[in-house]
Amino acid sequence: MSDATPVVPLDARPRLPRGVRLVHNEAHGGWVLLAPERLFKADAIAAEILKRCTGDATVGSVVDDLAGTYSAPRERILADVSALLQGLADKKLLELVVE
Amino acid sequence: MHDSPEAREAAAPALPRPISMLAELTHRCPLGCPYCSNPLVLDGRDSELDTETWTRVFDEAAALGVLHVHLSGGEPGARRDLVQITAAAHASGLYTNLITSAVGINAARLDELADAGLDHVQISIQDSEPASADHIANYRGAFARKKDLAAAVVRLKIPLTVNVVVHRANVERMVAMVDLAIALGASRVEIAHVQYYGWALRNRAVLMPTAEQTAFAVKTVEELRQRHHGKIVIDAVTPDYYARFPKPCVGGWGQRSLNVTPIGRVLPCHAAETIPDLEFWSVRDRSLADIWTISPSFNAFRGTDWMKEPCRSCARREVDFGGCRCQALAITGDARDADPVCHLSPLHDRVVALAAARNDAPYAYRVFERSG
Repeated sequence: MSDATPVVPLDARPRLPRGVRLVHNEAHGGWVLLAPERLFKADAIAAEILKRCTGDATVGSVVDDLAGTYSAPRERILADVSALLQGLADKKLLELVVE
Repeated sequence: MHDSPEAREAAAPALPRPISMLAELTHRCPLGCPYCSNPLVLDGRDSELDTETWTRVFDEAAALGVLHVHLSGGEPGARRDLVQITAAAHASGLYTNLITSAVGINAARLDELADAGLDHVQISIQDSEPASADHIANYRGAFARKKDLAAAVVRLKIPLTVNVVVHRANVERMVAMVDLAIALGASRVEIAHVQYYGWALRNRAVLMPTAEQTAFAVKTVEELRQRHHGKIVIDAVTPDYYARFPKPCVGGWGQRSLNVTPIGRVLPCHAAETIPDLEFWSVRDRSLADIWTISPSFNAFRGTDWMKEPCRSCARREVDFGGCRCQALAITGDARDADPVCHLSPLHDRVVALAAARNDAPYAYRVFERSG
């Protein structure tokens, strides 16, 4: 594995495929991402990213939206978003739709 | 079912919530796999829980914190009410995994299951070669049915896992079996080295791979993971008779998961009924919350207080929880012993001897053996 953070294409439209669900669970005190034989606790940031992965917004617009909402540096948000989305895509838990 | 005051009091923050439930809907199954983990004495159809009871159980499970339900058996497709059961689990908010041989579920029923909210399908394959696969399953035509159902699952865009139970007869076709999983459109493949419980325990000598075959399998899985990164996820369950340390069985007794049998008994693991002097409660009588928190069986080996040496003072005691209670019982005669798979167990040499005690006897295929 190289040290460089992978950058997903900004025009890709991320989407949780069928069988991957972001749910809020009271008993577990927060958001969880459910997938085949997997469950991931999603912290508040991951949950905000994944909520925006509807297949409509591009990666670029998700990053812009988050940068505006949280007043955080765009580069930092892009790095976080890329890492999360690429990691999920590698596990077949996210689709990055590029026209 | 209402929770008892004792259960509410006992549910202190320290008690973990279960996240996974194995729902054994029936012990009926058209296949006869010799490695089946079901008990030797199977529950008959007449005593199975009905749809309404499963519906209540799913609601109780979700309230308790369960996130994943595995709809399994036997063959869940043998239940005529499988679609209603799936819909009930979905309505409870549970993530539904269908664990099936594919024999008993056609494309039309899969459509109904999809509409009912089914999230994920796992199909077993017995081998990459059809004749061998059907021989292992003791069902001619099983292989073809699995391919058909896999295609239907993929057409519906439901995620597909292929589960391969690995043992002496098929381990050398590891690469071909993973290739088959990819060709079937699976996003995950589970390489499940046989665990010796139930029917697998009866057939241990003929299922047990050699040490060389096991080393080959472990090495090959790593190579396949590199080769197929991003294409398919490969999960592997360790062949623990050749390991140095034991597996953290079920994530620790009464920590992460629970098993509901076809007649409604709730077990900490699928082989727990082999352990003598354990008292199991039923969903027919008690709420799931009561069973999880205060039933004697769930508390019998929870945590570390029950441990004997060498587990009791071992640095790994909260890593692997001393391994498997049922395996300790089966091999040492005492469910409180360290799982002898662990090289630190004073009885580890028994595991070494059992791994070497292989033969080529015919399979004792899984069949219904009526008691009495």
